[in-house]
Amino acid sequence: MTFVAWQMLTGDRAKYLGLIFAIAFSTFLMSHQVSIFCGLMNRTSSQIDDVQDASLWIMDPKTQYLDETKALTDQDLYRIRGVQGIEWAVPLFKGTSRAKGPDGKFRGVILMGLDDSTLVGAPRKVVKGDWRALAEPETIAVDQTGYEFFFPGEPYTLGRTLDLNDRTVKIVAIIDSSAPFVNLPVFYTRYSQALQFVGRERNLMSFVLAKAAPGVSDAEACRRIADATGLKAVTANAFAWETIWYYIQNTGIPINFGITIAIALVVGTVVAGQTFYLFTVENLKQFGALKAIGVTNLVIVAMILMQAMIVGAVGYGLGISMTAAFFEVTQNNLDLRGFRLLPEVMLGTAAAVFLIVILASFVSVRRVVVLEPAVVFRG
Amino acid sequence: MNEAVICRSVVKNFGTGENEVKVLRGVDFDVHYGEMTFLVGPSGCGKTTLLSVIAGLLNATAGDLRVLGTDLAHLRNGKAVEFRRKNLGFVFQQFNLLPALTAAENAAIPLLAAGWNRRKAVDKAVTILEDLGLGHRVAAKPNQLSGGQQQRVAFARALIHEPRLVVCDEPTSALDADTGHHVMDLLRRIAVRPDRAVLVVTHDSRIFPFADRIAHMNDGLITNIEKNNEGELEHVA
Repeated sequence: MTFVAWQMLTGDRAKYLGLIFAIAFSTFLMSHQVSIFCGLMNRTSSQIDDVQDASLWIMDPKTQYLDETKALTDQDLYRIRGVQGIEWAVPLFKGTSRAKGPDGKFRGVILMGLDDSTLVGAPRKVVKGDWRALAEPETIAVDQTGYEFFFPGEPYTLGRTLDLNDRTVKIVAIIDSSAPFVNLPVFYTRYSQALQFVGRERNLMSFVLAKAAPGVSDAEACRRIADATGLKAVTANAFAWETIWYYIQNTGIPINFGITIAIALVVGTVVAGQTFYLFTVENLKQFGALKAIGVTNLVIVAMILMQAMIVGAVGYGLGISMTAAFFEVTQNNLDLRGFRLLPEVMLGTAAAVFLIVILASFVSVRRVVVLEPAVVFRG
Repeated sequence: MNEAVICRSVVKNFGTGENEVKVLRGVDFDVHYGEMTFLVGPSGCGKTTLLSVIAGLLNATAGDLRVLGTDLAHLRNGKAVEFRRKNLGFVFQQFNLLPALTAAENAAIPLLAAGWNRRKAVDKAVTILEDLGLGHRVAAKPNQLSGGQQQRVAFARALIHEPRLVVCDEPTSALDADTGHHVMDLLRRIAVRPDRAVLVVTHDSRIFPFADRIAHMNDGLITNIEKNNEGELEHVA
């Protein structure tokens, strides 16, 4: 009867396509919005992820997330270096400044100050140039977003200059860094240069990056630093999740995305359910005839569920392809960096679509199961 | 035994208490092998209900009912479905063909329901449709067929699994007089066999000559049974 179920489903093209598109739209909306949400949350901690040399982040004990810090003192750095089990520790500056291009166009930028001698904290992917050129005075490395903002449409060229807090700085490298949450350009320079670019405050050291000595676990190293200095020391991964959770708990982002996802789920279920129900009701006489002829309820339920699964699978395939196509088309858009379709999102959406088709077919199944086959003899 | 169906004091009520409606009020009625029996009477007299009870689609409230030697009242639901699938062929008033299937696929449904391979089932359906003069329309969908052609597909569906009892509900009511006459002639020729009984519910008096036996029903009771003796109807009960 598989064949009969398939023919019944596809025989009415309009309803079949209506069901497919209801599921596809729902799939697209859910997977797209969840992907954007995940990408956005990932952006909040992307600069932590970009630091690959250091496994430990040390900061003021009251620090809640990456973008709001209280500066540490030079003394803190020396105390951390003195903790047993710490292989090395270097300063990291993270702040904001304002850059001005040759045509006078200006924009706030995120300025990262890397340890002068080791450049620990620099992203690995260099599009053009060399990190070592930062050893020269008044030099910066800019990310692609920054370069394309100040020099739109122009080929990547090293040696060009920008004004950074009234100082002329030379671009010596163009790098591919992860997109930050606020999507501002990211400039990298040496720690000592960064302090000069932003002007003097009493303390400017945002973080200390450190690495545990061989044989000492990260957790143990964090505990020792906290005990010895009173500062907060966490692994990069833990700090990334702290930052993500800060945004989840303290912004309206999850609620807004959650509402959209819930709407997609409800609309998908209602539209698919209603269309599927109408489809079943219109075929009620036929189902009654099948029951009279001797098709069991079990077979008819299997037929309906098979129809629902086909609709779900095709609709899901179409919807997830639309989402994949969206991220494929926009992958080179610098403003949308970091947004992609994750396998976890695909799986989660598949589970949601499964739920939709089960709910959508439930009412239809019930209607057919209670259908009295004698109905076929009523004109 | 010559009786395919034996009804004795069959009662069927719908609803309960004040809302109870007595549709069959003690029906005594037999359907014989090798005959085409007509069940006739005015609208609302209980013909279709009796047909549904005989076909195992409704349970009788009281009375004895044996169909093809089986007491349907003692069959559990699953067994009743299996009994219908194996032994009964149905022809419905509105044909009830699946619009998405071709004529051959529609005719093959009882075999598909019995677990036959689709190809074999459709091949057999094509053979029967050829016997019914529809060999050139086996690939047509119901909406591409005339009313008479659709009824012939319904006959093929009712007969493909070689049932021992064929029940037909108003088989000519959706057809014009000529077509109705033609399909009844066809049904009589292909369906009536010594090992098979055919029960037809109708109020179309134009097709009465095709009956071997006519049971008249009124107000939930069989009131009169006539036997067709070469065109002459004689009262038998």
